[in-house]
Amino acid sequence: MIARNENRPLLLANARVIDPSRDLDQRGDVLIADGVIREAGKNIRASGAPEGTEIVDVGGQVIAPGLIDMRAFIGEPGAEHRETLATASHAAAAGGVTTIICQPETDPPIDDPATVDFVLRRARDNAVVHIHPMAALTKGLEGIEMTEIGLLKAAGAVAFTEGAKSVMNANVFRRALTYARDFDALIVHHTEEQNLTGSGVMNAGEFASRLGLSGVPKAAETIMLERDIRLVELTGGRYHAASLTCQDSLDVLRRAKERGLKVTASASINHLALNENDIGSYRTFLKLRPPLRAEADRAALASAVAEGLVDVIMSDHDPQDVEVKRLPFAEAAFGAIGLETMLPVGLRLVHDGSIKLSELIRAMSTRPAELLELPGGTLRPGSPADIVVFDPDVPWVLDRDTLKSRCTNTAFDEAKLTGRATRTIVAGRTVYEYV
Amino acid sequence: MTTRGPSSFALAQRHLLGIEGLSASDITGLLDLAEEFVDLNRQVQKKRTTLSGRTQINLFFEASTRTQSSFELAGKRLGADVMNMSIASSSIRKGETLLDTALTLNAMHPDMIVVRHAASGAVELLSQKVECSVINAGDGAHEHPTQALLDALTIRRNKNRIEGLTVAICGDIAHSRVARSNIILLNTMGARVRVVAPSTLLPSGIERMGVEVHRDMREGLRDADIVMMLRLQRERMAGSLIPSSREYFHYWGLDPAKLKFAKADALVMHPGPMNRGVEIESSVADGAQSLIREQVEMGVAVRMAVLEALARNLPNA
Repeated sequence: MIARNENRPLLLANARVIDPSRDLDQRGDVLIADGVIREAGKNIRASGAPEGTEIVDVGGQVIAPGLIDMRAFIGEPGAEHRETLATASHAAAAGGVTTIICQPETDPPIDDPATVDFVLRRARDNAVVHIHPMAALTKGLEGIEMTEIGLLKAAGAVAFTEGAKSVMNANVFRRALTYARDFDALIVHHTEEQNLTGSGVMNAGEFASRLGLSGVPKAAETIMLERDIRLVELTGGRYHAASLTCQDSLDVLRRAKERGLKVTASASINHLALNENDIGSYRTFLKLRPPLRAEADRAALASAVAEGLVDVIMSDHDPQDVEVKRLPFAEAAFGAIGLETMLPVGLRLVHDGSIKLSELIRAMSTRPAELLELPGGTLRPGSPADIVVFDPDVPWVLDRDTLKSRCTNTAFDEAKLTGRATRTIVAGRTVYEYV
Repeated sequence: MTTRGPSSFALAQRHLLGIEGLSASDITGLLDLAEEFVDLNRQVQKKRTTLSGRTQINLFFEASTRTQSSFELAGKRLGADVMNMSIASSSIRKGETLLDTALTLNAMHPDMIVVRHAASGAVELLSQKVECSVINAGDGAHEHPTQALLDALTIRRNKNRIEGLTVAICGDIAHSRVARSNIILLNTMGARVRVVAPSTLLPSGIERMGVEVHRDMREGLRDADIVMMLRLQRERMAGSLIPSSREYFHYWGLDPAKLKFAKADALVMHPGPMNRGVEIESSVADGAQSLIREQVEMGVAVRMAVLEALARNLPNA
């Protein structure tokens, strides 16, 4: 932790201030006091900051609302050897992420108000960023009986999900959507027809065939998404597709949005930056669920983020240790970490011209805040001072041994990256500084 | 109520299969007649002979305590010979179809059959195959007319009217025949009807059945005159339609805090049997605003009125 006088107002001066919640992208300053944003955008230094203000010249770097990662798997409780709320929060802070939404696939699962309370208390005591849990949609993540959506939401669950599982029983899912509507609860669903996935471990197609690996067809994702959207239409529930990967799914999503349904979607940073060819010679850190797709799908996903069809970019942070990753590809665990690399890898998409910087911030901060009804995602005066300062142009090479996560299964080891967070502020307190 | 001569009201139909189809004057006629039996039932000499010589069969395919005993007492007090047939001892268990059972019973020349069945429409089907009067004592999730009538009688005795009252029916509307019969009756009599339940316990299209739909108890109970709670079946309590009885009670169970949203003189009803601590808290069920025990008393009187009003139409009467 960086020692400083927390009570002094802080003026971050000489910045490019980006606030998608106000369509703002301009030169200016940001003034923070008492954990709250006082002013953002104008030239405050000229008009005079309050007496005693600490002034930091950020040298033209970008200031944006802190990132909100809508999908991170953390091992606490039950798998603390993979990641704790504390270690995840340090990884997040180093990546400019000020709010982590953790998934209920823990042991025990987060399916009871007492467990939500446990996670919130542990996060409050040990984490340096905000952490909010999503709760399980069904008891024990078994896909049979719905959880106490009302009491869980009241306890602090921001949404309901089965994590990386799908509810295969359509009637169970229908009833959960119906019931959740009474509490205006958001259901976040991994869309995978598991019978079609079978034993598949990567995208079905030529590349999988050449590697001799069994494939997961895109239809496994698209069929479940289609089903879900019919059920949203039937019930009027609020629905978010957890991780879309292909053009076919985007077509389905577009039609649903055009029909005015309460449907939104995320894409993971991995699926926006990588394709199936990156798996190369069986790189298990790129074994993901859903799998990396073809280059055309990746490009389509990036355009969908740019136009706002896909609402959110999330890290899909999933720490796995070497025991489950250093195995033959088919036997290795799914998942890659991403809290720390989400922003720099996202900047790759900005630098290659596929999306604008403000669109990136919108997808990584403003939209998640809106969907989860969280106070962040904006630099509007009066908002909590959750802020990232980043240099979008500094080149660096990722060395996985320097990552803060307890596991280092990154899909971007030794990747050449451009841009990184230099200061992360949570509730007015600087929790990370790159020196 | 002003003194008047004994009612000569008779139902102009052979069966009572539902509230659907009854006019406001039919309902008023039945309630007026039932009032006479309320008085009779409070005397030592409760016996009448108007159904003397008549045979009443109570045919219950679904277990029931209060409805069956209420119909049994009603028939006996009017002088009928009453026979109870319950599922456990019936031929249905041996594979006989409903219609064969109907024909078998018909051959015994009953005058009235009181039927409860788990399938909606089963009572009407049976009524088409017998020559006597058939009274619906509850068919599936369709109708339970005598329950709605006894509820109406209870309301009228305590509020002196039904018209213009706001009645909130709360709980498992989707599976409730009590709710359907009450919705029809209360609308016919000019009450304002609300239903209050989680969406999973509301049947689709309910908003077109003459009710105001609420998902929030506080909104639904606001300024209500009558709060009618429904029983939540145990098999629906664990995860399929609602997550748990704990959550159900928290949001939809009637406790003093939620009841405060209704009018100060609001009255609480429940058709029984109650799940205390699930849909209703004991302090409310047993409290000063509760009419639950009075409902049971009215049940016998209403069923006597129905039997008598139908019998007055029977051949050779």
